[in-house]
Amino acid sequence: MIRFLLKGLIRDHHRSVFPVIIVSLGVMLTTLLFSFLSGVLSDMIDASARFETGHLKIVTRAYQTLSDQLPNDLALTHVDTLLASLRRDYPGYDWTARIKFAGLLDVPDEHGETKTQNPVFGLAVDLLRSGREAERLNVRKAIVSGRMPQHPGEVLVSDELARRIDVGIGHPITLLSSSSSGGMAIQNFIICGTVEFGIAAMDRGAMIADLSDIQYALDMPDGAAEILGYSPNGFYVSDEAAAMRHAFNDRFTRSADRYAPVMMTLEEQNGLGEYISYIDTVGYIVVGVFLAAMSMVLLIVGLMSGIRRYGEIGVRLALGESKDMIYTMLLVESVVIGIAGSCIGTVLGVAIAYYFQEIGLDITGALRNSSIMMSNLVRARIGAASFYIGFIPGLAATLLGTALSGIQIFKRQTASLFKELEA
Amino acid sequence: MATSQIITVSNLVKDYFMGRQFFRALNGITFSAVKGEFIGFVGPSGSGKTTLLNIIGALDNPTSGEAIVLNKPVSTLHQKEAARLRNDSIGFIFQTYNLLPVYTVYENVEFPLLLLKKGNAEREHAVMQALEWVGLTAKAHSRPNQLSGGESQRVAVARAMVKVPEIVLADEPTANLDAANSHNILTMMQRLNDELKTTFIFATHDEKVISYLHRKIVLNDGRVVDDIMMN
Repeated sequence: MIRFLLKGLIRDHHRSVFPVIIVSLGVMLTTLLFSFLSGVLSDMIDASARFETGHLKIVTRAYQTLSDQLPNDLALTHVDTLLASLRRDYPGYDWTARIKFAGLLDVPDEHGETKTQNPVFGLAVDLLRSGREAERLNVRKAIVSGRMPQHPGEVLVSDELARRIDVGIGHPITLLSSSSSGGMAIQNFIICGTVEFGIAAMDRGAMIADLSDIQYALDMPDGAAEILGYSPNGFYVSDEAAAMRHAFNDRFTRSADRYAPVMMTLEEQNGLGEYISYIDTVGYIVVGVFLAAMSMVLLIVGLMSGIRRYGEIGVRLALGESKDMIYTMLLVESVVIGIAGSCIGTVLGVAIAYYFQEIGLDITGALRNSSIMMSNLVRARIGAASFYIGFIPGLAATLLGTALSGIQIFKRQTASLFKELEA
Repeated sequence: MATSQIITVSNLVKDYFMGRQFFRALNGITFSAVKGEFIGFVGPSGSGKTTLLNIIGALDNPTSGEAIVLNKPVSTLHQKEAARLRNDSIGFIFQTYNLLPVYTVYENVEFPLLLLKKGNAEREHAVMQALEWVGLTAKAHSRPNQLSGGESQRVAVARAMVKVPEIVLADEPTANLDAANSHNILTMMQRLNDELKTTFIFATHDEKVISYLHRKIVLNDGRVVDDIMMN
């Protein structure tokens, strides 16, 4: 009997192809949207962690309060000792010191006179002693021209900035900034390369220097603005990070020292936690709206199909099928349609998501004035959830749509169906 | 003709409610039928022919009175029991044929046997026999949209007869057919009535059908106004 009904289902395109297309489209869009949101979110977390927040960050309490101003006079001191204790207490985690600074970049002409000046945002990381920071920041891949710094006094500047101030490889520049003691800091550097990270906030006007050069320039011997920690597997684990922060900060709770170190998780920085939950919420809402809309469409499709099939249902009742049997068969049909549509939709959604995972979508224009550490190329990310986030609701919505429309159809009396069949 | 009574209708009333008002479609119908009869409910539109047919076919319930079909009181049957009664013992033929358009002629005729859970071999034998009765074995694999009106109604007859039911209810079976096709269909039904002793009950106002009936029950305004044995 089921084979007989499935034969009819396959032959009747109004009952099979049309609903399958609707379900496929809904499932495809849901899968694609979810994969995109996952990709954007994880790219944003990843970029923020690599460039800005780490999975954990340690600064002084005073620095934390005014961190927007990059107050290097409130930076950590005795950093080597602190790093050694962190490496001992949290083996496996990669701890690294950084200094963020801002200033004015002075470009001299051939006579040593100022040719042009430009504001600059700087990031000092350990480039000369270890290659891990360069790898983490993808510096090698980001080089547009020139090479990595190999000697003290060599720096990288963003390609856009280099073009704006008309400097090239080997050109001397002078950083004018303020030292950790509040004095004026002036230091000469040589440009050894230009970079483009594909992150608008970095590419507008950044300078990458070795940590020891900036420690010297800003008079911060054994000092750093922040120490960043990265988990061994490279993934941020919220619970683990929170436990580490709790344990670390507990050691300094009783201290009134405003220079005491304080540890923050990724989520506690730059409003990232709120942003993540905001994106999560928006994601759930969008997916929810899609599902609700899809259920409604499928309900209407079910009703339309049911109305179209009043005649058939009337005949089947007359030939001796019970209402229960017909209703069960309608549900079986909907399961078949739901599975077919959900499979097709999931395959299509994952395939398109895979394309955007590999190729990405360029949103440079949208990020032109943005300060969010986010790649200009947003990518979808296919995870385990991509395979069921559309599939299960697609199947459920089809079943629900048919169940509800079936109830509506059978609210009519048997004889009414029979009469409509004669109409 | 066999004499066992298979339908007994007593003082049957059927009201249709429309808001606060109601329309009385059947108003105290009483009659009985025995196995093998070839009966027609005859009367103008609105006389209650189809309503009476629906109640006998356990597709509708009376407001009052009783219809006992094959020893089963229709008004107290649960919908599953009513379905079983239709499935086991009643065949339907409709004015507009109502073949399932996505299935072939063979599959349309096979459908009632699937509901009866008959085996493959038994189904195939019965379907081919039914198609032979109506002279359509050559069209077994055609779709309904490839058939003429007369052929479609013959398929509908085959579908109704394939399970060899006790009763066949035919609602205006010739209304959409020309004279020649009507004659063919009615001759065929008469032959099946003779050979298989199946009781045929028609709802009709078509003179062509009336001339074939063995018994004519005339309805008007929901009442039996005449019950005539025909020669």
